[in-house]
Amino acid sequence: MVDGDALVETLPVAVAPQRASLWRDALRRFRRHRLAMIGTTVLLVMVVAVVAGPLAWRLPVNEIDFKQKLKGPTWSHPLGTDDLGQDLLARMLYGGRISLAVGVAAMLIAISLGTAIGAASGYMGGAVDHTLMRLTDLFLSIPALPLLLLIVYLFRDALKKAVGPEAGVFVLIVVVIGGLRWMPVARLVRAQFLSLREKEFVEAARGLGAPPLRQVVRHILPNAMAPVIVAGSLDVAAAIIAESTLSFLGLGFPPDIPTWGRLLFDAKDTLDFAPHWAIFPGTAIFLTVLSINYIGDGLRDALDPRKVLAR
Amino acid sequence: MSRYLLRRALISIPVLLGISVVLFTVLSLAPGDPFEELATNPNVPAEVRQNLRVKFGLDDPLPVRYARWVTSMLRGDWGFSFVSRINVDTLILQRLPVTLVVLGAAQLLAILVAVPIGTYSALRPYSLFDQLATTFAFIGFSLPTFFTGLLFILLFSIYLDWLPFIYRADISATGWRWYWEHIRQAIMPVAVLGLFQAAAMTRFMRAAVLDVIRLDYVNTARAKGLPEKTTLVKHVVRNALIPVVTLVALQIPNVFGGALVTEQIFRVPGIGSLLISSILANDTPVVMAVTFVYAALVVVSNLTADLLYGWLDPRISYR
Repeated sequence: MVDGDALVETLPVAVAPQRASLWRDALRRFRRHRLAMIGTTVLLVMVVAVVAGPLAWRLPVNEIDFKQKLKGPTWSHPLGTDDLGQDLLARMLYGGRISLAVGVAAMLIAISLGTAIGAASGYMGGAVDHTLMRLTDLFLSIPALPLLLLIVYLFRDALKKAVGPEAGVFVLIVVVIGGLRWMPVARLVRAQFLSLREKEFVEAARGLGAPPLRQVVRHILPNAMAPVIVAGSLDVAAAIIAESTLSFLGLGFPPDIPTWGRLLFDAKDTLDFAPHWAIFPGTAIFLTVLSINYIGDGLRDALDPRKVLAR
Repeated sequence: MSRYLLRRALISIPVLLGISVVLFTVLSLAPGDPFEELATNPNVPAEVRQNLRVKFGLDDPLPVRYARWVTSMLRGDWGFSFVSRINVDTLILQRLPVTLVVLGAAQLLAILVAVPIGTYSALRPYSLFDQLATTFAFIGFSLPTFFTGLLFILLFSIYLDWLPFIYRADISATGWRWYWEHIRQAIMPVAVLGLFQAAAMTRFMRAAVLDVIRLDYVNTARAKGLPEKTTLVKHVVRNALIPVVTLVALQIPNVFGGALVTEQIFRVPGIGSLLISSILANDTPVVMAVTFVYAALVVVSNLTADLLYGWLDPRISYR
């Protein structure tokens, strides 16, 4: 496989090896995970499509044209139209922005909350640890979807009045999904902290007079992040599914914000004569979630220190 | 064993209380007034509304209201459904068996699929079978239940016309035909839910068997001449199931979420679709009660997991 030119090109690297760092090693291992690389590519295409797509595909998301209603894919409407004759490609590109944004935002909330609680629990120990872990156990045994539905049901109207229909629903859904998914991260971070806080380098920092906050933020946390990154990537997928589920049940975003789940909700009653309307957004959700799951798998292989010996 | 179970059951009481506190806090933080409609009705004087508020204790301090709510729930007084015009507990008892049957069947299907496939995958890691199983597992848990449900309806009900896609509680046939119709309409919901769980369970099972199979006692079992089948079933799979039970128990709240969606897609008359219809109809007593029943079901399944745990690893129950 290696021809002469490539050998010459790799030689200087072999002579003066790059400084190996944790992240460079991780990146190298990640690159070797073929499915994770495919997942990254697919996800990047999706992100570029929803960010730049609406600029390139100029059909409006809400132009009603009854003559074109429920048409399958054609040249003028590559993904077909819905029951009001609105262009599905335009709606999916626009709705995809919301779906992906909900996933990322909810993940950030879940991770920040989980890291804070796990760090406090693991660093302080004692009664704080005990209380926070009982709280974590409690939240782990709450069935998330029914509670999610209950909260959306109770607070939706009030938030709509306070900050407008789109922002209100967005904030509510993101906060609630993120607020019900922090527990695994908290457990992971706590476990890392329990072992890291006894390590020599932390003791050294403590001996040099680093205050607790500095010990946590500068010394322990960076070393505890690997499992959090893996959990975070999978949380994006879980949050996207949670938002789609809410929208699919008709309790997520309103009809004028066509997230992928909402499109499925609207499409499910005409499944027998307009299957394309359900299949395209469903496939979009599936591909996104599958890509993220493979990326998470690749990240786990790349970041799990137990794997270092094996490769 | 019974003392161990009793201990676990006692631990679940604070969990249930905690969940009820969370639910009640959510409800009391929520804006809105049950007598809002009376306020806009010009025929109802303000005093009447105020008297009603006092009569139902809406202005009492929060802990008092919580205590009253919990005691009435404990006594079995779950309120009255404004929409269905019957007591909430009667309504839930009508719907609960269907949910439990569908969930139980799905769980059984998941175990029947996941345990053999996961074990076989781990026995031949990176073989063609393992790679296929891994791929299908990834696809399985990346496909949300609502999309799988729609795809199943599209394929089996619309194109092939094999199965009905609406679940009916009132089937008029009698005898064997009655059973057959019930099984036929349950196939799709059970398959959607069961395969979704099987996907994650296969991964857990594979990882657990891979961990166990290299251990010395497995070598010992083989060396002393036990047949491979006995080694596998009695020594490998039994011990591999211990971590799997933990992971599956952690997944249970998600499973109820999936069940809720599945019920809604196939219009299974269980508590999940009851929850959705009550939310859409603003039927607060039913919404609260169903959410609480879900929480109770999670606690019961965790207890079942503990029971399985004690059976799989007898050391646990003596601790």
